[in-house]
Amino acid sequence: MTRPAAFRLTFWKIIFLFLMAAGLYATFLRFTRGLGASTNLSDQFPWGIWISFDVLCGVMLAAGGFTLTATVHILNIKRMHSIIRPTILTAFLGYVLVCIALMYDLGKPYNIWHPLIMRNPHSVMFEVAYCVMLYTTVLALEFSPVVLERFNLQKPLKLIKKVLIPLVILGVILSTLHQSSLGTLYLIMPEKLHPFWYSPLLPVFFFLSAIAVGLAMTIFESSMSSKHFGLQLELPVLQELGRVLLIVLAVYGILRLEDLANRGVLKLAFHRSYETYLFWLEIVLALIAPLILLCLKRVRTSPQGLYFSAVLVVLGFITNRMNVSITGFEGSTGVRYFPKWSELAVTGMIIAAGFALFGMAVKYLPIFPKEELALESATEPEESVSVASGVMEHAGD
Amino acid sequence: MSKALLYDSTICIGCKQCEQACATQNNLSYDDSIAAEEYQSAHKLTCIVTRNDKFMRRLCMNCKDPSCASVCPVGALKKTPLGPVTYDPSKCMGCRYCMVACPFSVPKYEWGKLFPKVQKCVMCPDRVANGKPTACAEICPTGATKFGERDELVAEAQKRIRDNPANYVNHIYGLEEVGGTSVLLLSAVPFETFGYRTDISKDPLPMLTYRVLSHIPDFVPLGGMFLGGVWWITHRREEVALAEGRSASGNEKRNGGKR
Repeated sequence: MTRPAAFRLTFWKIIFLFLMAAGLYATFLRFTRGLGASTNLSDQFPWGIWISFDVLCGVMLAAGGFTLTATVHILNIKRMHSIIRPTILTAFLGYVLVCIALMYDLGKPYNIWHPLIMRNPHSVMFEVAYCVMLYTTVLALEFSPVVLERFNLQKPLKLIKKVLIPLVILGVILSTLHQSSLGTLYLIMPEKLHPFWYSPLLPVFFFLSAIAVGLAMTIFESSMSSKHFGLQLELPVLQELGRVLLIVLAVYGILRLEDLANRGVLKLAFHRSYETYLFWLEIVLALIAPLILLCLKRVRTSPQGLYFSAVLVVLGFITNRMNVSITGFEGSTGVRYFPKWSELAVTGMIIAAGFALFGMAVKYLPIFPKEELALESATEPEESVSVASGVMEHAGD
Repeated sequence: MSKALLYDSTICIGCKQCEQACATQNNLSYDDSIAAEEYQSAHKLTCIVTRNDKFMRRLCMNCKDPSCASVCPVGALKKTPLGPVTYDPSKCMGCRYCMVACPFSVPKYEWGKLFPKVQKCVMCPDRVANGKPTACAEICPTGATKFGERDELVAEAQKRIRDNPANYVNHIYGLEEVGGTSVLLLSAVPFETFGYRTDISKDPLPMLTYRVLSHIPDFVPLGGMFLGGVWWITHRREEVALAEGRSASGNEKRNGGKR
């Protein structure tokens, strides 16, 4: 069944191997010399890129999972069903990688389980820890049918299908809680965070932008998959996602503008400063450019236009998270933070691992619609055997 | 009930004996080069800052409603009824949220160690529990750092300013900052000179996050019911459509048969 494929060193494989090697060396430094030697963190700047990118952005980029499961299973919009598996896969990998990144950032990673028994319900971090832990479990269960089908385990498959709706509801609630709570984390520092980003509405902003990025990531990942795995692009589905993205961005934009105006920060946006430049970068990338683009019907209906707008939204909100957690603190702490090479290497390795795991999952598991269509009939018992064996044949490809 | 420290910078002579006593109390090394450092760090929990021949102490303010204890996910940091904000390194998992959240940026980290602890002045909780003053207050030769009941120290600070208004800025730092702290400071020159922020909130900061967090117990059942309701409606709609569609197609068949 498995033919040994000739190993060809392509450009992307070289990049991947380089990122892995650098990341592993940085991992070695981190766990033998400690945080001081492997990061540019300091008493003035205790949270760096591992929190800003790997955790805050990581959780945000994985938001497609709850957005799409809610659309398909709760709102019962069946058209979207064809892209739900790759989206759940992205979300699940995302959360697993967030948890791995957290192990690098925690000073005593072996105590990561402590919130389980040492509870402080007043702590936002405690709530985030619980939600992320539970939601990663929910995602594993939501993803499990793919694995169970692959090995043709009908009994647990039936069980999962029975509890799917409560599971989806739980997932949406947990996501709503911790996506917004990542913003709540910063509510306790009104004096430290720059007024561009400190707002009592931070939880709402984080939640809305997570939905926007969830939609954008789904468009991005569907476009990438169709290109790299030779699948047909589900254009009508992406167009619909684009329309919803436009609405979410508009709501976010109006709220953000209103909030800045109410707090009298708008005038600051025209003072020349380091923060102002990064603020505008964020606003242009995340709001102005995609809002204009998506308003144009020609862009909103073309695959390239949708792809480009989605990439802008993703980059824009990555900038937003970096601004909230790094740029916004550089003023009050009086320190400029730039990650050390080893911090970047670990982050690079984690991103590379995400892409590689996604590719492997697509190769070995029934992720994409062709297989999925075949497998949906697999729930009917008389057909299950022949279909499952068909899948097994495909799996080795 | 609640104990506090009153530091009066006009009496301080900058002898740094408090620094040394603090190091001894917390098993930290202390020498001339450490004495020269004018900032708090993992190996120096209090320091005397000198600006234009004026002295000022820096140490953990041991807030009445501390941000650090509020944000700690595992409850490693705790406010004790006697005043000290204590730290239990065996609970700590090293998320460093306390360092980010502290309005005075007090907690410091042992960056050089493989399994680091947070370090900060904890106001000698063992001594205080046994009715003794903190190490820094006990050693202070001039009484610039004074230990006692918070209420009495506040009254004394007010009296000192009232009796000698020319000697002080009219501000007891820590009386109202972030809802009050267990360390009170008096100064002859504005507190900003020594890096103390005076634009700080008068309300305890933990309320800012708790206001949001406290909605979670309501949100979970309501959200669950709402989502369950939406699910029921959308699927019921489908069922109805399916049933109607079937009967419609049935009619068509019948009609077709007649034709």
